[in-house]
Amino acid sequence: MHFAFSDDQLAFRDAVRDFLVRECPPSVVRSAWNGEPSQLWPQLADMGVVGLTVPEAMGGLGMDDLDLVLIMEETGRAGLPEPLVETTAVVAPLLAAIGGTVAAEHLPGIADGSTIAVMTFGAEYAPWADRAGLVVRAAADTVELLSPDAYALVPQANVDAARPLFALDPRVLDGGPVLASGPAAAALAGAARDRGALAVAAQLCGLAARMLDITVEYVKERKQFGVPIGSYQAVKHHLANVELKLAYARPVVYRAAWSRHAGDPLASVHCSMAKVYASEAASVAVKACLQCHGAIAYTLEHDLHLFMKRVWALLPAYGDARWHQSRVATHVLG
Amino acid sequence: MMDLRWTPAEDQFRAEARAWLEANAPREPLPHGDTFEGFPVNRAWERRLFEAGWAVVSWPREYGGREASLWEWLIFEEEYYRIGLPQRVAQNGIFLLAPSIFEFGTQEQRDEILPRMAGVDDIWCQGWSEPNAGSDLAGIRSTGVRDDAAGGWRLHGQKTWTTRGAFATKLFGLFRTDPAADRHRGLSYLLVDLDQDGVDVRPVDKLDGDAGFAEVFFDGAFAPDSAVLGGVDRGWDVAMATTGSERGLTLRSPGRFMAAAARLVDLHHRIGAPTHDEQGARDAVVEAWMDAEAYQLNTLQTVTRLAQGATMGPESSVNKVFWSEMDIRLNEAALRLLGSRAPLVEGAPDAVDHGAWMSSFMFALAGPIYAGTNEIQRNVIAERVLGLPRK
Ligand SMILES: Cc1cc2nc3c(=O)[nH]c(=O)nc-3n(C[C@H](O)[C@H](O)[C@H](O)COP(=O)(O)OP(=O)(O)OC[C@H]3O[C@@H](n4cnc5c(N)ncnc54)[C@H](O)[C@@H]3O)c2cc1C
Repeated sequence: MHFAFSDDQLAFRDAVRDFLVRECPPSVVRSAWNGEPSQLWPQLADMGVVGLTVPEAMGGLGMDDLDLVLIMEETGRAGLPEPLVETTAVVAPLLAAIGGTVAAEHLPGIADGSTIAVMTFGAEYAPWADRAGLVVRAAADTVELLSPDAYALVPQANVDAARPLFALDPRVLDGGPVLASGPAAAALAGAARDRGALAVAAQLCGLAARMLDITVEYVKERKQFGVPIGSYQAVKHHLANVELKLAYARPVVYRAAWSRHAGDPLASVHCSMAKVYASEAASVAVKACLQCHGAIAYTLEHDLHLFMKRVWALLPAYGDARWHQSRVATHVLG
Repeated sequence: MMDLRWTPAEDQFRAEARAWLEANAPREPLPHGDTFEGFPVNRAWERRLFEAGWAVVSWPREYGGREASLWEWLIFEEEYYRIGLPQRVAQNGIFLLAPSIFEFGTQEQRDEILPRMAGVDDIWCQGWSEPNAGSDLAGIRSTGVRDDAAGGWRLHGQKTWTTRGAFATKLFGLFRTDPAADRHRGLSYLLVDLDQDGVDVRPVDKLDGDAGFAEVFFDGAFAPDSAVLGGVDRGWDVAMATTGSERGLTLRSPGRFMAAAARLVDLHHRIGAPTHDEQGARDAVVEAWMDAEAYQLNTLQTVTRLAQGATMGPESSVNKVFWSEMDIRLNEAALRLLGSRAPLVEGAPDAVDHGAWMSSFMFALAGPIYAGTNEIQRNVIAERVLGLPRK
């Protein structure tokens, strides 16, 4: 038994963190709010982040969820306004699993950053679909590739404008090449959803940690009644609660990554648990951090709202905590 | 003797209020009052309310009221929210300042201020918080400097988080008029005209994107002696009375939450709960509904005490914590029903009720901050209701 990341994994994480601290400050997230994408995709591709899950033969790093999970946490911490969950965690491994000409045709473009890919599940909304060169759709009984002229997008304004959501307009949807059907499709879609839930769970942990950092700094500086507000027990307890939630969310998230990596038969249940725990940590963090700031964070000028709203946007992504908990319940209780 | 029924006269009052509202309330939902487009529309509606004598039902007739009892005021509030009308743009005047004007104002102040407030000729905002004085309200640094020649006070300094400051014509604020005095003693409660030189109002966007906040800068603006409420250097006591209203009865009447709970129940009827969450979401809806009911019962008890001549004490802090936290739970229950549609906002074709639930959730999150934070309220409850030792 050894529950820790390798030096290489940590070094990669640190490199990505340094990059995002430099290149993805809150001003970049704000620009995305105004409809200006971050321009970071090519650099993330150069670093190997975008193609992390693409097989080496097709230009990627050939890694999996265990290497990705810490990177995802960092992108959450930065509030990165880019479809990395969708492209790297969800679609690339799906295409790699299918293999053959589909993989050969699309994966090199994903790895080199020229193709953004997203996946839609049933009636769920797809983030950043407007920038996607490739849309995969999990329908009732199939997994399909949608050709660009076969669908139209309906923008669905949402609380996090840096992560635009879209519905597929059903009227123009005539399907595309079927990648899999029947049980094979269900397995592919299920695994894709698990990876999405896991990646989002990692991002939620990163978001919670970022909000906590911002708030810890603030309550040390801000004085009321002549003392730092962080010296009040009520404030301390709020922030200690966030730390507690995170301390018990991260191992759950990392275990899910390991289970996927190791092919554990319970990997799906573990991904569900990850989404449940990370959602709780992030939700507690939102409230505690806003509350400890007082009115100053209840503005658009302050950065906290960028992270709060990302949390609200991610809570339902790839199944909300309730849906995932019902899967755990089925496992535990039958 | 206990009797939890409305009297025939109260039922009659309700019927009258309902009939008028049903005949006169705008057919289209009013736009949000804290936006540049929405504010004038709301103001026009509240003007109509005034002209028909429904703006301030519990006030004396001479100021535009109908001398209704507190009970009838509660009934009116229920009917007002029941029909789907939003919180009033006049609220900080009629619900926060007015009770203090009745208590501390001179005859001239009442006559001059109250009718214009009720008629929304003046929109009042609350100028208390400053960048360095939030929870620590007595840390106020804005000053009123004596100007004997002009017979009043010259104001300097900055107020912040002033709700609806961008739309208001008047501000009730605390200013330090005796710099030498103890920090709670040297404050005066001034009623300031915002439409004058030396006042600069800068809108600040709130979390939800509305221009609902403002910063108000004073640089030599003037407040005459007649604008002091409750006596020079006596502002702290007046302010504490105002917070009693803010936290206690008037700002958040039960009708508002009963209506919100009814809308939540209606949402459940319309869209149901996600199939994987039927029982849990059902529980959350019912809990919110019961909370609103409990809040009403607590208020009925309070009003009974007030009607018997009691005054609001530190128990207003109990009230404030309850409604602010209830409001969050209620909105969270709605988001739970909405599932993947929860994050959608105004403009999204799939947004249920135009994204109103996400907006009201965001507004609810401010509840534990404004009107005195819930941490401060819990300290008050512990120290002044329970008598625990102060640090
Ligand atoms: C939507 C909204 C509308 C508002 N409208 C108005 C308005 O119209 N007019 C106006 O004047 N103000 C208004 N305010 C400001 C409001 O009154 C203040 O935000 C509030 O008093 C808290 O002050 P602060 O924001 O400076 O936070 P701070 O006082 O800095 O508090 C930050 C955190 O520290 C905690 N804290 C501080 N002191 C203690 C203590 N002794 N013990 C334990 N915890 C403590 C607080 O509880 C909070 O969690 C509004 C605020 C909001 C959010």
